[in-house]
Amino acid sequence: MYDAPNPSESKVNQNTFKFTARNVQVYYGDTHAIKDVDVDIEDRTVTAFIGPSGCGKSTFLRCLNRMNDTIDICKVKGEILLDGEDIYDARVDPVQLRAKVGMVFQKPNPFPKSIYDNVAYGPRIHGMARNKADLDQIVENALRRGAIWDEVKDRLDAPGTGLSGGQQQRLCIARAVATQPEVLLMDEPCSALDPIATAQVEELIDELRQSYSVVIVTHSMQQAARVSQKTAFFHLGNLVEFGETGQIFTNPEDPRTESYITGRIG
Amino acid sequence: MTDISTTPSSSIGSAGSALMKKRNRRQTALQGLGLAAISFAALMLFILIASLVSSGYKAFTQTHIQLEVFVDPEEISVERLPRGGFDDVLLASLQDYFPDVEGRADLRKLENILSNGAQFRLRDRVVENPDIIGQTITVKVPTSDDYDQLAKGLVNRESPEDQRKLANRQIGWFETLEEAGVITQPINWALITNADSRFPELAGLKGALVGSFWALLVCFLISFPLGIGSAIYLEEFAPKNKWSDLIEVNINNLAAVPSVVFGLLALAVFLGWFGMPRSAPLVGGMTLALMTMPTIIIATRAALKAVPPSIREAALGVGASKHQVVFGHVLPLAMPGVLTGTIIGLAQALGETAPLLLIGMNAFITSAPDTPLDSATALPTQIFIWADSPERGFVSRTSAAILVLLTFLVTMNAVAIYLRSKFERKW
Repeated sequence: MYDAPNPSESKVNQNTFKFTARNVQVYYGDTHAIKDVDVDIEDRTVTAFIGPSGCGKSTFLRCLNRMNDTIDICKVKGEILLDGEDIYDARVDPVQLRAKVGMVFQKPNPFPKSIYDNVAYGPRIHGMARNKADLDQIVENALRRGAIWDEVKDRLDAPGTGLSGGQQQRLCIARAVATQPEVLLMDEPCSALDPIATAQVEELIDELRQSYSVVIVTHSMQQAARVSQKTAFFHLGNLVEFGETGQIFTNPEDPRTESYITGRIG
Repeated sequence: MTDISTTPSSSIGSAGSALMKKRNRRQTALQGLGLAAISFAALMLFILIASLVSSGYKAFTQTHIQLEVFVDPEEISVERLPRGGFDDVLLASLQDYFPDVEGRADLRKLENILSNGAQFRLRDRVVENPDIIGQTITVKVPTSDDYDQLAKGLVNRESPEDQRKLANRQIGWFETLEEAGVITQPINWALITNADSRFPELAGLKGALVGSFWALLVCFLISFPLGIGSAIYLEEFAPKNKWSDLIEVNINNLAAVPSVVFGLLALAVFLGWFGMPRSAPLVGGMTLALMTMPTIIIATRAALKAVPPSIREAALGVGASKHQVVFGHVLPLAMPGVLTGTIIGLAQALGETAPLLLIGMNAFITSAPDTPLDSATALPTQIFIWADSPERGFVSRTSAAILVLLTFLVTMNAVAIYLRSKFERKW
């Protein structure tokens, strides 16, 4: 349905889909939270999920790395393929999946450990480093990726919880990229940050796009417009509209999308 | 601007004045009630401690008498050790002060100034060093309880003679000894170095302290791993269904079961079926573990729940398995709460009396246990035994033992508070 964006308008289309979701339904107990969502997420692209509170955008995001598995009453139906492989297949280990599909959360949540250990934790549990020097290199690379290396390189032993909010969030991004994921999911990563920290994180997201597919849930339509190339608008559990960010914001097809971006619903 | 700052202030003052007064009155009344409640509780605590201290402090000293004893080779010889006429030797040295006392009955009364344990103290010294036979040595021995009470001013010398245990003549003897300067009141180390005894002046808490230590150790070794293990399973791994609900309800019920019931259970199961030794701290510890475990489970579950979900999400998000999340992140963060709960549970166990009575830890045992399988008492049961004893000397010793028990409880709770504040984290 949406898998053929207009080539003339798409500047970032790599013609490869990282995630392909078909007929996804999510139930919280008796509540039908996500209804019949089909979406294709491209590689090396920032895809933004927007919509009013409770519309299911975070829920859908959490389906992509099976974070919803940890909620007992949550049931996911339908098909979500990562590189053609069904991530809800019984043979898929959600733990391995989450190493491939990293996640950054709404509130910065560094471990109450040192900055170094925060970043080194993922590589350690996945056995990615053969020795200390290896691990040091991975940590440094990840912190550089997270655009926080220069600020913390002299105090890697300091606790991660002692950093400022914006630094903590970049540390969490560094922690997520340390396991070398292919996709980075971000659940309102800037909602707890001040405007300067937000600008830094947005700049970082734009850089991360060079290497990863980034999916970001945001409440801020300006942020979606600034950082994303693709935008999906969710409303009451339905995916209302999905397409090029520019088109969604300037010329939406669905009247509900128009109402939302002009501020009449939400 | 000046208008704004003056007029509204008067309108605020007048408009809601009736309502404000009512509200202020209510607030003052509530605060007053709270203050009164706290004051009442503090007063009661003060009265409790004050009454314990006022009756107990006298047990922290013990009247001793210092005698020059000629270790008579006719009474005591190396060959017959450890037997010998130690009591006669002591009496002879006491007689030096009272040459006029004669006759069996009077001499016996004179001998009763000394504690029953005095001869054993002399015996131990001679056995340790038989060379002193034939020499004159200085020994310092406890007086018997009656004279201890007299020395501490607990006997009313003005009351009619037939209403006292000590006749005027005996008081006179003691006064003679006091004038001779041989009566002292040193700190009563026997209170912690001796085990229980029939004679108050010799009775101590060593057996109870060691018994309580073994029982608490056993209790900790059983309840801590089992309690934490169950809590982790129930909180983190168990499926949430009616079975886990049932288990949860039962654990909460278990924490509310009266301790005497656990004692009966232990009596029937540990002693009856398994034939484990009576009065043993091992069994006591196992019984106390039954009571402590629900406390630890509930405290651990609360501590695990209090770990913010963002930490779990963070760990899950980088691909940690459930097991790695729990043992690598959640449990370490919950540990201060777990330790606090454990210490409070153990403090409860330390003060628990009823279950220990039922498994026979209130036996009269005059030596400290060497292993958890030996018969022993525990601090609260020792208090129970002493409170039940008729000798006057046990009155102050009971209070002293309660003070010792309270000291341990306060220390344990202080450690718990210290741990909680030290490891408390801000998110």
